[in-house]
Amino acid sequence: MNELVGKPLDRVDGRLKVTGAATYSAEYYPGNLAYGVIIESAIPKGRLKNLDTSVAEKAPGVLKIMTSQNSMSLHFPAGSDPGNGKYAEKDLLPLQSERIFYGGQAIAVVIAETFEQAEHAAMLIKADYDKDKPVFSLEKNIDQAYKPKQGLGGSEVQIKRGDADNALQSAAVTIEETYTTPVYHHNAMEPHATIAEWKGDELMMYDATQSVMGSKNLMANMLGVKPEKVRLISLYIGGGFGSKGFSWPNTVLTAMAAKLVGRPVKLVLSRQQMFTNAGRRTQTIQKISLGTDNAGKLNAIKHATTSETSFVDEFVEPAGIATAMLYSSPNADISHSLVRLNKGTPCPTRAPGEAPGTFAIEAAMDELAYKLKMDPVELRLLNYAETEEQKNKPFSSKNLKECYRQGADAIGWKQRNPQPGSMQEGNYLIGYGMATATYPANRSASTAKAILFADGHAEILCGTQDIGTGTYTIMTQIAADAFALPMEKVKVKLGDSSYPKGANSGGSQVSASVGPAIRAAALGAVNKLIKMAIADSGSPLHGHKEEDIVAANGRLYVAKTNSGESYEQLLSRNGGKVEALATTNVSTRQQEANPAAKSGAEEEAEKESKTNAVVQDDEKTDRKPYAFHSFGAQFVKLRVDKQLGTVHIDKIVSIMDIGKVLNLKTAKNQIMGGIIFGIGMALMEGTGYDPNDGRVVTRDLAQYLVPVHADMPEFDIRFIDKPDPYISPIGARGIGEIGITGITAAINNAIYHATGKRVRDLPVTADKLI
Amino acid sequence: MSDLLNQDEKPHRGGSTRREFLTQITMAGAGLSFAPILVKSVTPTSALALIQPVKVNLMVNGLAKSLTIDSRVTLLDALREGLAMPGTKKGCDHGQCGACTVLVNDRRINSCLTLVAMCDGAQITTIEGLAKGDQLHPMQEAFIKHDAFQCGYCTPGQICSAVGLVKEGHAKTDANIRELMSGNICRCGAYQNILEAIKEVQTT
Ligand code: FES
Ligand code: FES
Repeated sequence: MNELVGKPLDRVDGRLKVTGAATYSAEYYPGNLAYGVIIESAIPKGRLKNLDTSVAEKAPGVLKIMTSQNSMSLHFPAGSDPGNGKYAEKDLLPLQSERIFYGGQAIAVVIAETFEQAEHAAMLIKADYDKDKPVFSLEKNIDQAYKPKQGLGGSEVQIKRGDADNALQSAAVTIEETYTTPVYHHNAMEPHATIAEWKGDELMMYDATQSVMGSKNLMANMLGVKPEKVRLISLYIGGGFGSKGFSWPNTVLTAMAAKLVGRPVKLVLSRQQMFTNAGRRTQTIQKISLGTDNAGKLNAIKHATTSETSFVDEFVEPAGIATAMLYSSPNADISHSLVRLNKGTPCPTRAPGEAPGTFAIEAAMDELAYKLKMDPVELRLLNYAETEEQKNKPFSSKNLKECYRQGADAIGWKQRNPQPGSMQEGNYLIGYGMATATYPANRSASTAKAILFADGHAEILCGTQDIGTGTYTIMTQIAADAFALPMEKVKVKLGDSSYPKGANSGGSQVSASVGPAIRAAALGAVNKLIKMAIADSGSPLHGHKEEDIVAANGRLYVAKTNSGESYEQLLSRNGGKVEALATTNVSTRQQEANPAAKSGAEEEAEKESKTNAVVQDDEKTDRKPYAFHSFGAQFVKLRVDKQLGTVHIDKIVSIMDIGKVLNLKTAKNQIMGGIIFGIGMALMEGTGYDPNDGRVVTRDLAQYLVPVHADMPEFDIRFIDKPDPYISPIGARGIGEIGITGITAAINNAIYHATGKRVRDLPVTADKLI
Repeated sequence: MSDLLNQDEKPHRGGSTRREFLTQITMAGAGLSFAPILVKSVTPTSALALIQPVKVNLMVNGLAKSLTIDSRVTLLDALREGLAMPGTKKGCDHGQCGACTVLVNDRRINSCLTLVAMCDGAQITTIEGLAKGDQLHPMQEAFIKHDAFQCGYCTPGQICSAVGLVKEGHAKTDANIRELMSGNICRCGAYQNILEAIKEVQTT
């Protein structure tokens, strides 16, 4: 078995994507479709005094202008928690009052026959405001900081072991520095898009989301309709990176607009609106203190992060989380503080916490290495965490030493002159840098349905989604192996809330969560088929023992004699198809943002799973004794122009320990994508705000720079490829996010090595180096 | 000053508006080479002032299409909304991402920066028109083989741009390809694989 899993196969949706036939959420054409355009508040705080829509209402094609006056009233979403500032007041929900809490907040939606007409009418609306004094500077309001009780999904964000302050005082060598990162925007290529259509009390939605289930439940909740009346589809998603993990006002506004005009409505955010209305990575101020003995052995680690949240909701960027487990140290103190600002709510962005956090801790480790006159790799090996010291558990699997070794070899680490500023080539200073990458390995409960048909093909239905990572492909590999069918005979269907509940695309968990459920469902279906054959007097397998029958190539047969028959033959005599449901109820962390009551289908799946040996085996594994994390080593070689201060990355070596590799092709692509996100963070990205009115000034892709073709280095990406024995029977941990971790620090450390200048404020633009 | 403030605090969608952009285009088209890019256009009192249906004949992927369409419509929106051909993507609507790249008379252009009214009589090739029946264009084959995408949203633009680039005859070195493809952003970061795909097509 396991013939297809692990192979570097082409994507199963490749043909659709290269021919333009893959349908994204804005690309449906229900009859009588109308277009919506959101009007944003131009002030960050206050009250809408008057909204003059009289001219706009008369503009050609305009159907309605939806404001807080005529919009339907919304219900609190599940998970509202006034005590923690989560949707604390009713009027924090979109278009429920005249109050304004952030610049860019929706104050109206124009609905018109065409997009052009809606856009034009939007220009004719006049708003008058009563302005209040906003707060939008993190630095200036740091005295307002408070310590949140918990992070996303109830995670711990204030963490302590031992007495770090005391240990720092007695440390032989210390480092104490502050590292800062700006606001970053996800900027997925596909703008947030929704189409909503009401049919009586039933709602059909196409929505660009990282969670078809979460988005559906939230919509049902806010709109006050039963979850089974809402169907939400997201077949192809043009990138998410966290921004489509939350539902932003545009989704519910589309449903409200469709209700108001009694027609289907399409609403797509403009690129500009994605800078105010669809989340962001928060700015962070991170203070790191490290203390060691004379040999460099860590005795104390402190990581204090201050970041921002909004007045509408609470989100903690858990930048210090990785620091709690990355190195061995008896004393650690990890804290997070928040300041509420009049900006939209931030949200997870690829490796929330770990991405900015590993910049700070891994740059600080580099500084410490230079102070100790030690090789940065040696320092990390000396402080290698053999166990997860905060939780006091062994890792399920950790091969980080091997990552360091291979990475150092591949980049030529030993051949460099470690002295900063010592290596030159013509007009360039050459620098080498490295850092550790890490990301938790998450897994949560998932359900899948498997169906075998009499024509010999099989289907998998699962309410998860492929945001571009390759889920369709690797799930087809997993399912085909389990069904004992070739790839072409297996169709994996995702992205539809009417399917059994799959995991959301957050925390790099889809492969680890959905894969085992799909495998169990497919194996369950094959097992039913075997039982069917044994019971069928017309089958050559009639009366044989279950354990003597094997499945291969779409055929069941007795191993010893090779006598048997095809799935087609068996199924055509026995009702045409066989179905199996499987729920793998395994979680490696606390969950989840929008828990909903179990539906009848979910209960049915759980019941069936009790008799599914694969599920039972999987659930039997005791995971509590282990800490689940992926690791990696990032190595960078770059050049800095002596006169211009521009940074050119020559080569990036990334060695990843992420358990079993399901598909080398898509896996490399994922890691590369994460690294490129990190190149953006390190060298060019950052959202600028007007200091006077708090509005975003870098509101498009000409102002907000992201890496392009011309910025690309040479890549050498490799995997340790050792299956994790505890995460699941498949052995794969997630890889969507680990690529971005450590890389900003590796680049930063290489810049220091090249120039002797330590820039602790991202991005490292040329002006900071000259 | 107070006037300016009012202007700034108009509820907004950000960036330069389609209407301002139209003003710039029209003026440039009329031979005013110093297009008043910095001049704010005046909010029209009557919305009707902007409504001008135009008749446009296009060849889209070899098929004749006749449209009577609002003069404000871009080629991109004419394809996506007017003709229900969503293969061409909208990433920014401002000429900054390349997702909307199509070939007009064999040249690669940003269809979001092109009014459909400017395309009368033009031959337009979109991603939907590159394959010959079931036979994919070599660039499409190469993109699949080299895994030159993840989410696929930038892909139609990357492929059309790459086809145009090869035709331009400049896809000779890695550095050239990288430079000349830099108008096509891939946020998923499939750049290395896109480069490999283009190189394969260039050399075959
Ligand atoms: S949509 Fe045309 S360049 Fe971005
Ligand atoms: S494949 Fe997602 S943006 Fe390029």
